[in-house]
Amino acid sequence: MSLTTPQSEPDVVVIGGGLVGGAMAYGLARAGARVCVLDEGDLALRASRGNFALVWVQSKGMGMPEYAAWSKRSADAWHELAALLRDETAIDVAHSQPGGFTLCLSDAELQQRVDGMTRLHNQINMVEYGYEVLDHAETKRRLPDIGKDVAGSIYSPIDGHVNSLRLFRALHEALQRRGSDYRPNCAVEAITPENGGFRITGPWGEIRAPKVVLAAGLGNARLAPMVGLDAPVRPSKGQVIVTEKTAPFLHNPMVTVRQTDEGGVMIGDSQEDLGFDTVVTQPIISLMAERAVRMFPRLAGLNVVRTWSALRVMSPDGFPIYEQSTAHPGAFVTTCHSGVTLAANHVLTLAPAILAGALPDVVAPFNARRFNVPAHA
Amino acid sequence: MFRPMLDPGAPAGAPLRFTFDGVVMTARAGDTVAAALLANGVAVNRETPVSGAPRGAYCMMGVCFECLVVIDGVGNRQGCLVPLEDGMRIETQHGARQAEFREGIEA
Amino acid sequence: MNRIDDVAALRDAYDLAVVGAGPAGLAAAATASELGLSVLLADENPTPGGQIYRSVTTTPIQRRAVLGEDYWAGQAVVDRCERSSADYAARTTVWTVGRTELVAGGEGFEVGVSAGGQARLVDARRVILATGALERPMPIPGWTLPGVMTAGAAQIALKSSGLVPEGRVVLAGCGPLLYLLASQLEAAGANIVAVLDTSDRRHALAAAAAVPDFLRSPYLAKGLRLVLNVRRKLRFRGGVTGLRAEGDGRVQRVVVERGAARETLACDMLLLHQGVIPNPNMTSAVGCEQAWDDEQRCWTPRLDAWFGASVPGIAIAGDGAGIGGAESAALRGEVAALDAAHRIGRIDEAERDRRAAPVRSALQKSMRGRRFLDLMYRPAPAFLAPQDPSTIVCRCEEVTAGQLRETTRRLGVQGPNQMKTFLRCGMGPCQGRLCGSTVTEIIAEVRGVSPAEVGAYRLRPPVKPITLGELANLPKTDAAIKAVCR
Repeated sequence: MSLTTPQSEPDVVVIGGGLVGGAMAYGLARAGARVCVLDEGDLALRASRGNFALVWVQSKGMGMPEYAAWSKRSADAWHELAALLRDETAIDVAHSQPGGFTLCLSDAELQQRVDGMTRLHNQINMVEYGYEVLDHAETKRRLPDIGKDVAGSIYSPIDGHVNSLRLFRALHEALQRRGSDYRPNCAVEAITPENGGFRITGPWGEIRAPKVVLAAGLGNARLAPMVGLDAPVRPSKGQVIVTEKTAPFLHNPMVTVRQTDEGGVMIGDSQEDLGFDTVVTQPIISLMAERAVRMFPRLAGLNVVRTWSALRVMSPDGFPIYEQSTAHPGAFVTTCHSGVTLAANHVLTLAPAILAGALPDVVAPFNARRFNVPAHA
Repeated sequence: MFRPMLDPGAPAGAPLRFTFDGVVMTARAGDTVAAALLANGVAVNRETPVSGAPRGAYCMMGVCFECLVVIDGVGNRQGCLVPLEDGMRIETQHGARQAEFREGIEA
Repeated sequence: MNRIDDVAALRDAYDLAVVGAGPAGLAAAATASELGLSVLLADENPTPGGQIYRSVTTTPIQRRAVLGEDYWAGQAVVDRCERSSADYAARTTVWTVGRTELVAGGEGFEVGVSAGGQARLVDARRVILATGALERPMPIPGWTLPGVMTAGAAQIALKSSGLVPEGRVVLAGCGPLLYLLASQLEAAGANIVAVLDTSDRRHALAAAAAVPDFLRSPYLAKGLRLVLNVRRKLRFRGGVTGLRAEGDGRVQRVVVERGAARETLACDMLLLHQGVIPNPNMTSAVGCEQAWDDEQRCWTPRLDAWFGASVPGIAIAGDGAGIGGAESAALRGEVAALDAAHRIGRIDEAERDRRAAPVRSALQKSMRGRRFLDLMYRPAPAFLAPQDPSTIVCRCEEVTAGQLRETTRRLGVQGPNQMKTFLRCGMGPCQGRLCGSTVTEIIAEVRGVSPAEVGAYRLRPPVKPITLGELANLPKTDAAIKAVCR
């Protein structure tokens, strides 16, 4: 913890203490590495504090079926991650996989979703999992509280959700228990490849390690080129509403509405391309509220406690970037906008592979070379 | 909890009748719901959704959200900001409120 | 002024929106309105006056001596605004203030109002936030027990309903308002069994430098009279270093520590107070920058000479701009309104300055001696950051001082926003109003840095409750449809 205490050189420095960095660091520590996490302070961008907490598969992977498979793999592995975290930290991250719905508010919307799912599942090499298209009556049978405007839904038993704030704390708690070196207020200015390892510097000083994992979210765009990698990620703004706690009535997560285990109802999720702007805008939250109330009319009387916006970490095609530098082996970039869904993969698959020195074949498609830009930008 | 100050000059209007958890009570017109409950000796108006601990009005100025009650079937109302009305049905807010159906929305 | 109870009856646009009808808001609305601006004065209470002049037009209390002449001075402030043509929306919450380009002739603001279950957006070219102060949280073990209230709460019950706490009443804390309330309650016939003073005696030395100013201040005579009255008539105990409220389901006794000495007082009500701090929620949610004021031990907005905030077009007047009391609040409201009238083009700069000059000199006079009070009654560290680990700090989410300290230490938490994520403190319905300052103090203590370095909760609209249904009925835009219906 302390910057003044001399630390022995860690095996790996993870840059970023959010859900991706936390999961990578925890996975590395679990695999036996001495880990140092460099994090920013209290007011960092922190997609991890603003996300919607779904463990979601059903609509993902159009254009890259490997992403669907990767998401499903993580959703399957999530039970193991939740158990691990409970054992290590006594924190229950409230993971459940009751199946998720995408509710549609018109026939046209439903048709659009159905077509999307058909195209998604017609892809060659698409991973197989069940989903159902439900009309109003069948949706109502399963979700009695829906409103008359719900034309129908798509349901997949594979979808679930967690308490992502508790996940965030559990990862940090697990790191602490494993004796990892967490350093807040250590924004990274430069990474210099040196003697087969890396020297990482900032106003706080410097640290060296044979391996470095870039998990700095939007910060990866700036850091990756320093180690011969590329992470052309951009912010994608999402706004979220949360209500006061209410008695449990919604067991399953919807893609835009879910009730947390603590009782609040979260409503998402807009998507805007507005740079680093994080202002909450009334027309958007009003529309989100209207759609949520049409989906579940009983929500209308609930008080809103907070609204916020956060910035997704979005690559040009929306899929993750996982890559080891060829110019400077030992430097890895990990970035995605689904730090919750993919947390299980990050802890259980990716981190041990990074410690072993090579990324697994299953993530080969997520190499940034797919963007057809020179690696040494 | 509280009692009216003995002030002979104070205007005495007709009191308002209301119920709290089914018990008939009266209070002065012009009181807020929270003040009316305090004047009737009600110390506890809610149980928290986190631990179920009993709570009573704390700040009386809309800041603390401790005076939450159910008013005419609507949960989590701030008693200190709602003027008492004749015939109000006020109830203890037990834990998290219900997301109740309201008339008209489903029509 | 025109009282408007239905948000649908408000105009679509105003020159000036004033949030809060305490002394600052009333004076601002009156001044601006007198100068020809169209003014919306929105306030969540049923009657004007704010907390300091609470119910001054409707209080059932007839014996003027009970509340004192300073209270009745509020009548004139209300009267002046009554004579103006401002639209007054009572029982109306302002849940957001956002920048907009919709207003003809340049930028302005969209003010989100809600009343009677209906929300609406109203345009305003300029905004004065007069959202006032709140009592500084005083977390002690057992402060969540029913029967423990703030001193201000008892004062509000007295002013607005003529109610006096029943049974054995203990007051505890520090600051002029505590002594004022003790006097008022005593005059109203309450059975005050003890006044427990938690002032840190070491602060008297720091305050000594500010004494000369204080001696020439309006606070002196009033203040001394109050303190003497309280000391003479009531069981006053100074040097209190620890407090604990105890009881089965409600407060029944308070355990008092004075250094090594400890005693238990039976009581039916415990009223806590350790000064007031600016209510940060609206100013912060609107995006106004704040700075840490070490003397008042709180965050105050950064303001220019006309009380203009860092967001152009927004001014902050009254105690929300930094604690100054009722009289200075009204004067600050007036200054801010003069500037608004100038910026909108109703008066030129010279006129503004000419009108402001006497107000400013009255303001200076009214603030004289303030610093002495700030320094003298700065709460003792043990009451800013409670030491007993079982003390609940966040009343909504029931997060304790022990959890906060341990999480700061173990997980390297640097500030309240990461803490909120980890422990949910500040995430309940009060939106951190009752724990914000304590959470910052505790993190600062554990990290060994100033609260200025730790920072404050980042707040977002809605600042006051609004239902999803109300929100759903507000206007949407094509851009919103594109962003949401993908």
